Amino acid sequence: MNDHDPKISNPGYPTGAPENVSRRRFLLASAGITAGSLVLGFGLSVAPNKAAAAAAKDMPPGSNVPAFLELRKDGKVRLLSPFNEGGQGVFTAMAQIVGEEMDVAPDSFIVENAPAGSDYLVVYGKMRITGGSMSVRTSYDTMRKLGAAARQMMLEAAAKKLDAPVSDLSTEPGKVVHKASGKSLGYGELAGDALDQEVPSPDSVTLKDPKDFKWIGEPVKRVDVYEKSTGKAIYAMDAKVDGMLHAAVQHAPRLGLKPGDISNLDEVKGMAGVMSVHKLDGAVAVVAERFWDAKTAVEAAKVDWQEPSEDEKSKIRYMPADFSTEEFAKQLANTKGDGTEAESEGDITSGFDGAAKTVDATYQSQYLHHAQIEPASTLARFNEDGTLDIWLPNQAPEQFQAQIADAARIKPEQVKVNSPMLGGFFGRHFLYPAANPFPQAVQLAKEVGKPIKVIWTREQEFLRDPLRPMAAVRFRGALDDQGMPVALEAISACEGPTEALNGHNPDKVDAMAVEGLTGKSYAIPNRRIAQNFVENPTSLAYWRSVGHSMNDFFYEAFLDEMADAGGQDPYELRMKLLEGNERLTNLLKAVGDLSGGWKRGPFDAEDGTRRARGVAMASPFGSEAAAIAEVSIQDGQIVVHDIWDVLDPGSIVNPAIIKAQIMGAATLGTSEALIEEVAYKNGEPTARNFDYYPILGGARAPRIHAKVIESGAKMGGVGEPPLPAVPPAIANAVSALTGQRVRSMPMDKLDLKKG
Amino acid sequence: MKLKINGKSVDVQSGPDTPLLWVIRDELGMTGTKFGCGIAQCGACSVLLDGMVQRSCVLPVSAVGDSEVTTIEEIENDPVGKRVVEAWVDKEVPQCGYCQSGQVMAATSLLKSNDKPTEDDITAAMTNLCRCGTYNAINDTIASIAGTDAAKAGDAQ
Repeated sequence: MNDHDPKISNPGYPTGAPENVSRRRFLLASAGITAGSLVLGFGLSVAPNKAAAAAAKDMPPGSNVPAFLELRKDGKVRLLSPFNEGGQGVFTAMAQIVGEEMDVAPDSFIVENAPAGSDYLVVYGKMRITGGSMSVRTSYDTMRKLGAAARQMMLEAAAKKLDAPVSDLSTEPGKVVHKASGKSLGYGELAGDALDQEVPSPDSVTLKDPKDFKWIGEPVKRVDVYEKSTGKAIYAMDAKVDGMLHAAVQHAPRLGLKPGDISNLDEVKGMAGVMSVHKLDGAVAVVAERFWDAKTAVEAAKVDWQEPSEDEKSKIRYMPADFSTEEFAKQLANTKGDGTEAESEGDITSGFDGAAKTVDATYQSQYLHHAQIEPASTLARFNEDGTLDIWLPNQAPEQFQAQIADAARIKPEQVKVNSPMLGGFFGRHFLYPAANPFPQAVQLAKEVGKPIKVIWTREQEFLRDPLRPMAAVRFRGALDDQGMPVALEAISACEGPTEALNGHNPDKVDAMAVEGLTGKSYAIPNRRIAQNFVENPTSLAYWRSVGHSMNDFFYEAFLDEMADAGGQDPYELRMKLLEGNERLTNLLKAVGDLSGGWKRGPFDAEDGTRRARGVAMASPFGSEAAAIAEVSIQDGQIVVHDIWDVLDPGSIVNPAIIKAQIMGAATLGTSEALIEEVAYKNGEPTARNFDYYPILGGARAPRIHAKVIESGAKMGGVGEPPLPAVPPAIANAVSALTGQRVRSMPMDKLDLKKG
Repeated sequence: MKLKINGKSVDVQSGPDTPLLWVIRDELGMTGTKFGCGIAQCGACSVLLDGMVQRSCVLPVSAVGDSEVTTIEEIENDPVGKRVVEAWVDKEVPQCGYCQSGQVMAATSLLKSNDKPTEDDITAAMTNLCRCGTYNAINDTIASIAGTDAAKAGDAQ
């Protein structure tokens, strides 16, 4: 796909020409801007940790202390985090966990995302992603042991300096103390020696008794809020290196199309600032010194987009010209068949045979954008030694490194992956075909011979953002003569994100397609959950809480239908179905109490509005969640006044960050439930920016009341679990208010009676 | 073209149609002001023009004229902006942080024109989008700066 013709490059650049550079620097300095002549802002490689050389291959991931920690003379500790920070607070959690065992206050840490490398594969000790709400719960013990090993090394170094046995030494935050002599050495004073000590085996260290924790479990301040409140935090969008040029792209309107001729090529080449025009895989690009010039020119390009051959179509996810989400939703809803079984309990046939009453309904979900506010970008720089430095948003550095190496035709170890802070992610920055700008940046950097930064505009981002899947779930439920559910069957027509990425196995269910239909704790004796695979032409993705983001909506709203059919209050019915389950009945009681006591309504609020409440639960990512929502209808539109959202992640590291995650997840769940939908007509999305794909703003944001329960159960996830109970709580409240069932999202599309 | 920005007067080479955002980011090298949508929907690019919040992604640099531009890089040198930043840090408003430069600028603009905003004033002024869902925290924090009732704010137990 190298269609770059050097002859179409335009070496002249009318504005901001190189001869002005030094003057510009002076002006930058005079405007109070930090500007350097080399690498600006970040990406300044700190001298490699001594460990890089010492890294022993037989050390398990997460144990090679010098690969993670750099001690500074001022007592600060630089921690290379195996997890990337994108708002979820993991940099702070890592500082708390490592600091607890190392005896360093969390605010003494400078945390950055670690480079690619086997030392950092700490998720279950074998892989590395920032996702699945897995960071803390899968690495907790490993990172504690890392901190304990580091403390041991501080003690060993101090023992030599003080000429005292280690057994006579202890630590206080940031220093080693020799009680007998009253001497102490700050960790900063040991900076030169400690990391040269032999690294203790993780099995040899002693961990603290949790009752002695100083920081784990406390609402420790986030380590990054000042930088994020003053524009100093650096995202991939902000990456820059000396000599860098900008590129903007125009993606094919449909995935799979290829760029043919650019009919106005000469005009585009002659536009202000344009240096070169390139054809890429499924896109055209313009390179300029300044992004605005590149963007203006590439958007003016009239490209003859060409259909791929049938052979090419078979190898990619090809978007046909007649695809519409309206038709696809009908296809999903009309998909027949019992499906491949995902979960089964009791006997579904006999459950229905003895039923006093049955309920049937089909529920549907919509495609969603991640819509993180930072659009995707990538900066690529080839170095004279053949290595490649690359800056890009990502949730899995080693996986990206391998594919970047393929794209650049070099070895993975020649690719230095820099993973700046993420301007939101929500599942956006995994490796998805055609959804990451790095192949474009690599190709352009090669063709131009200079560092290239590709920025996707919001429109280009939305054209290639892989989507939360659509699904249609056929439910049927059976009730006994007491109105209690005795059987429930749910058959989902859906393609899960994992099978979309890794290929569909006809004998298997994609667990992420059905999670939230499966894994429910309600004592319904006869249950059957199954999936009918229906392939999508769109790219599919993980989206905050993945299958749970839709399946708990389906299930919990249908459970309310069954409650109503059986003449039962939905809160009391849940309590009965969870009888004997102490953790979940406590949780349900907690959310009821938090809301001031369960009341369904409808009732008249103090402001004169007619309101109702709905309740729902979810068991996502090893945690348990319950939510109550209070709604009214004003001018035909749903108003969500309050959400009470309680999360039980078992045990916790930082309650303040967890509450922030609850508030964020509840807000996103409200946005999904009310507003959002990616629609396609004629193979193209109808919206390419926030004007036609609105997301929840402050004016419609509910009050969120968050509570964390620490039940002592095995540690579960935090970032995603508070979301899934929210959309069904809203749906159930709307149904209670209007008497109409809510079986699809977004609810703003529903024609609702006034409550 | 001359541009008054952050208390300095600078020469700008970019074309007159270039939005102020890209002059700030590309030519002046200040990256605290963010690109999010390019059509004045999200507010990540918010700056102050003579103390009033503006979305710089749709404002041609030639339209700035004699107005004084203030970016997030300078906000702590503004007395109101300094209080906003301190409160933002104290209340730990940011999550991913990408929208927060713009949120801080919008909050500063509001409080410069109205030091006792009501809940409705805050809602009307704070229209910047945040995908992490910090809206409750933003409202709570502005109300705390103003010393007004934080009724709209959420709570956490």
